[in-house]
Amino acid sequence: MSRVNAIDKKAIPNRLRNPVSRVLRSWEFLLFTVGVLIFLLNTQASPYFLDPWNLSDATFNFTEKAMIAFAMALVIISGEIDLSVASIIALVSTCMGFAVQLGFDTPALVLIALAVGAACGAFNGLLVAGLGLPSIVVTIGTLSLFRGIAYIVLGDQAYSGYPESFAFFGQGYVWWVITFEIVLFAIIAILFYVLLHRTSFGRSTMAIGNNPTAALFSGIRVSRVKFILFVLTGIMSAVAAICLTSRLGSTRPSIAVGWELEIVTMVVLGGVNILGGSGTIPGVVIAAIVMGMVTFGLGLLNVPGIVMSIFIGLLLIGVIALPIVIQRTKQRVAR
Amino acid sequence: MSTLAAQNPTPILSLEGITKDFPGVRALSAVNLNLYPGEVTALVGENGAGKSTVVKVLTGIYQPDAGLIRLHGEPASLSTPNDAAGMGITAIHQETVLFDDLSVAENIFIGHAPKARFGMVDWNQMNDQAKALLNRIGATINPTTLLRDLGIANKHMVAIARALSIDASVVIMDEPTAALSHKEIEELYLLVEQLKSDGKAILFISHKFDEIFRIADRYTVFRDGELVGDGVIGDTNSAELVELMVGRAVDSVFPQRTNELGETILCVEGYSHPTEFDDINFSLKRGEILGFYGLVGAGRSECMQALFGITRPSSGNLIINDEVVTPKSPADAINHGLVYVPEDRGKQGAITALPIVDNIALPSLKTTSNKGFVRMAQEYALAQQYTQRLELKAAALDQHVGELSGGNQQKVVIAKWLATQPKVIILDEPTKGIDIGSKAAVHAFMRELASQGLAVIMVSSEIPEIIGMSDRIIVMREGRQVAQLDNQNVSPERLVREAAGITESSAA
Repeated sequence: MSRVNAIDKKAIPNRLRNPVSRVLRSWEFLLFTVGVLIFLLNTQASPYFLDPWNLSDATFNFTEKAMIAFAMALVIISGEIDLSVASIIALVSTCMGFAVQLGFDTPALVLIALAVGAACGAFNGLLVAGLGLPSIVVTIGTLSLFRGIAYIVLGDQAYSGYPESFAFFGQGYVWWVITFEIVLFAIIAILFYVLLHRTSFGRSTMAIGNNPTAALFSGIRVSRVKFILFVLTGIMSAVAAICLTSRLGSTRPSIAVGWELEIVTMVVLGGVNILGGSGTIPGVVIAAIVMGMVTFGLGLLNVPGIVMSIFIGLLLIGVIALPIVIQRTKQRVAR
Repeated sequence: MSTLAAQNPTPILSLEGITKDFPGVRALSAVNLNLYPGEVTALVGENGAGKSTVVKVLTGIYQPDAGLIRLHGEPASLSTPNDAAGMGITAIHQETVLFDDLSVAENIFIGHAPKARFGMVDWNQMNDQAKALLNRIGATINPTTLLRDLGIANKHMVAIARALSIDASVVIMDEPTAALSHKEIEELYLLVEQLKSDGKAILFISHKFDEIFRIADRYTVFRDGELVGDGVIGDTNSAELVELMVGRAVDSVFPQRTNELGETILCVEGYSHPTEFDDINFSLKRGEILGFYGLVGAGRSECMQALFGITRPSSGNLIINDEVVTPKSPADAINHGLVYVPEDRGKQGAITALPIVDNIALPSLKTTSNKGFVRMAQEYALAQQYTQRLELKAAALDQHVGELSGGNQQKVVIAKWLATQPKVIILDEPTKGIDIGSKAAVHAFMRELASQGLAVIMVSSEIPEIIGMSDRIIVMREGRQVAQLDNQNVSPERLVREAAGITESSAA
């Protein structure tokens, strides 16, 4: 009896809410519900939607972008942003194409891609973390710079003639309808989940985004974390560039134009605070799938690309406004 | 005592029984304050005595919870800063709150610029009027220059011109000379004289006794949010003012040292910074509490942050356990067992949007994680251990720190540092803005830490706290270490004199 008292008197419970209610109240659950709704709508809209091969094709709408979105999520959580990702794809793809002309084979191409991506990321990271420049300005600059280099090298030409083994990344199947890309997407999602939610690096990223001063005062090496995040984003852009180039089979300087905004949309839709400090990888996974499904569903209905972007825009605004509208209505009812 | 008041029977502005409460703290307790036309009233008090709260009540930023404000004898309500300006109350702050990227004339007339047709700003008239106002106070500033191109003294001039432009009858000056040179201070005095002869009522807040006696006609002393004395300046002297400021006996409520001091653990040699502090030297033993006293801006926090590796010193060594470590970053300092609890809890100490457990585990990630992977069970165990030790009051450990009271937030910040098992802990204003009960708990806990062999540095601007807690006290003034006093022979008066730079002769 006295033992029980001694413990109960001072101990503070570890958690306020039980896990189930936390999940039900989460952004990810709301987004998941929206995703299920869109899935049901899609099955009604087109009889071809549920065909396994069609669904498999649909995954290409988001897998490459999502690979970058995971890294972008971490960058945004840390309070920064990287708008140069699509241009990194262009530069990486151009470098691979150039290497092909010199006779390099697939393993060398992959290494070159990763090295170029990492170098681009390191350049961004050096300017942001080293010199303390605002990342939005730096990466708008490198957005022009990296793609500009691709245009100078290629002009209105295109590189093609990639080796046959290179095609596997973007066109290969691991088993039945399961593509190499979707498997890579899943592996990268798990890796980033662990990195953000289960490592001290992820903890530091979250802390920096919430309050960079307090993070610094807590002994976190803020600049180093930010530098690593930009390098990581560069590497993930390179991975996406490999998949995309392999899928298209050629390189043009206009490759992946405008992707940076779609990727940022994906991240924000996934519940990552655009001002930094909060967000989850499961949220980004669901957001990627939802965006992929919307694009694919509209594609089956022969809706043109311009109209699709209207839908994506409305979806983003709608889903973000929803919790706030619900909260306001609750307050009004309470009054 | 009230000869002057008899000549000026009606004050322009009077506060009657003004009370202002913040959660857990009574900032002002039924205070009275009268400001008379053509007179300077000095408001004196320790940091935290309620001076700035009064300024905020007078300028419409805070609403009093009780009491009455009378303007020219009529009850007045100051619900917004705009109201206050409209009623002719203006404040010149220590750091001027003006707009750096606007011109001098725009700064003077913002909110009430002369208008031409169609509601457009009449620039010519505005610049002319600004020039006239600046001439009146003897400032030769071009009204079209940008404010950011002016020095601090000229910025004050602009603020004063602004006060004149709204035809203020009450001018509040909050430590206006803190950043000025000697010559500039003399010019400011001339201006104050001019404002007086224009019949303005002036509230002058200052820590410097020489200027209070030079310029003020009356004084009002606050202590712990209460009015403890007022009168005509000619009837008092600095010794009496210091006594009023410091007030109560200081030794009764603080825990006394019972432990013996251990070996020297920390040595600071010739720590210097290009602008903030110069040639700081001291040593610290295990089990000792070393107090740092000084006025705000004396360079104490800056010095502590340099010891913690946030800024780099231009020269000097920091030695822990006979090893020169001079940290290059906070991470470096923490690795050597030196930690810093900053003054600004919300901005520097805690991450208020994250749970308690995350905050506590943050500096200890190295020990709670395994090869870079966090172990939640270890984090919760660590948080449990230290929150219980500090008797934290919270609903759950995953509650956000921002939802806690100030005192409990401070406990979280202290807990997160203790969890790193430091050798030396620096506490910067550890009880600022927290309620009396939490204050006593923090004090008791500091003593307990020291008795367990931790070396403690405490920066504090509260005289009772610094005298009650410290084994030794270092006084800083204008970035220099001006005195090192044993707690045996220190009086509150001595501390105030050292910190303000008053010599024995001028104090009389």
